[in-house]
Amino acid sequence: MRSEWPLYEVFVRGKRGLNHVHVGSLHAADDEMALHHARDLYTRRNEGVSIWVVRAADITASSPDEKDPFFAPSGDKVYRHPTFYDIPDDVPHI
Amino acid sequence: MSLELQFEETIAHDQRLEPRDWVPDAYRSTMVRMIAQHAHSEIIGMQPEGNWITRAPSLRRKAILLAKVQDEAGHGLYLYSAAETLGADRAELTEKLVTGRQKYSSIFNYPTLTFADVGVIGWLVDGAAICNQVPLCRSSYGPYARAMIRICKEESFHQRQGYELLMTMMRGTEQQRAMVQESVDRWWWPSLMMFGPPDADSSHTAQSMEWKIKRHTNDELRQRFVDMSVPQADALGVTLPDPDLRWNAEREHHDFGEIDWAEFKQVVSGNGPCNAQRVAHRKAAHDEGAWVREAAAAHARKNDERRGSAA
Ligand SMILES: [Fe+2]
Ligand SMILES: [Fe+2]
Repeated sequence: MRSEWPLYEVFVRGKRGLNHVHVGSLHAADDEMALHHARDLYTRRNEGVSIWVVRAADITASSPDEKDPFFAPSGDKVYRHPTFYDIPDDVPHI
Repeated sequence: MSLELQFEETIAHDQRLEPRDWVPDAYRSTMVRMIAQHAHSEIIGMQPEGNWITRAPSLRRKAILLAKVQDEAGHGLYLYSAAETLGADRAELTEKLVTGRQKYSSIFNYPTLTFADVGVIGWLVDGAAICNQVPLCRSSYGPYARAMIRICKEESFHQRQGYELLMTMMRGTEQQRAMVQESVDRWWWPSLMMFGPPDADSSHTAQSMEWKIKRHTNDELRQRFVDMSVPQADALGVTLPDPDLRWNAEREHHDFGEIDWAEFKQVVSGNGPCNAQRVAHRKAAHDEGAWVREAAAAHARKNDERRGSAA
């Protein structure tokens, strides 16, 4: 009874100019079937102009347990933000 | 910060829990049970309406009904996909459904006797589902909440096609109007039961609200549904089969009669008019699809090998 079809994650580009966004997952026997199933399942109402499918097993993800240390390098670099710099109000266009 | 504290803070700040976050076992199992039950309902829910696809009275109605039933399949799949992010196994979920170890909504154990039932299901059953589901778009579990947003967008079509179908029939012959009324008489009470047992008897509600899995109690949502349905029934020209149904100016809500909870318990525990038939049909569809699943897997393996030897 156990399904041999691997799990695929599905990403859809809503329209030209937008990024692909993760929408969910599905099972398929191979890449091509995954793409067809993704079309039938996630774009029944013109929700997309482009689909990516990728085997869930092939995704490497950061672990939430190490959330704090993993993202720490960007935490203390406030000077990367424009608001870090004081510019007098009377200087235009900056 | 301890994992437990992190979990509680996430909920307290109304943020979403995501697949790889640590959650207590009880949260995980509650969530899996709830999502699986919901997914099974969408899948079993295809049957009562699917019953009328080949006999729809026009090509227009047939195309609409087919699209609606396809949507329900899609809803089931969105939800199974959400359940899998919690570690549930798809094949196991299906097995639990066909062996009766997991439940689905009691409403789908009633038969669809006339074509008016297609309209009434869209209006009342999908209407009740919308009442239930809109607040779930803010459920604390991210993948479930996102699936609900997708589903709610599609449910609006379901309810409107049903109501439009009924309006068309009500403008027809005396016989058609009687058919609509008869259908409303059969579906009204089971629709109210869709919200689950009264708050006093609902074992899961308090914990689910604390975890922000659910946002309203069964009775609150049921009241909201009654209040919404009364003016819709008036506009349609049908009577809701409840002599105690009346506006209560003091409460600013409609009072309504006592629900037959004995019937509800019977249907939930497997003794409704169609329980056995629904599960048997699902099991047959799954069993008869086994060779397709195997053939596709074999084909994929062969292609993989071929590509491997070519490289
Ligand atoms: Fe649905
Ligand atoms: Fe629906």
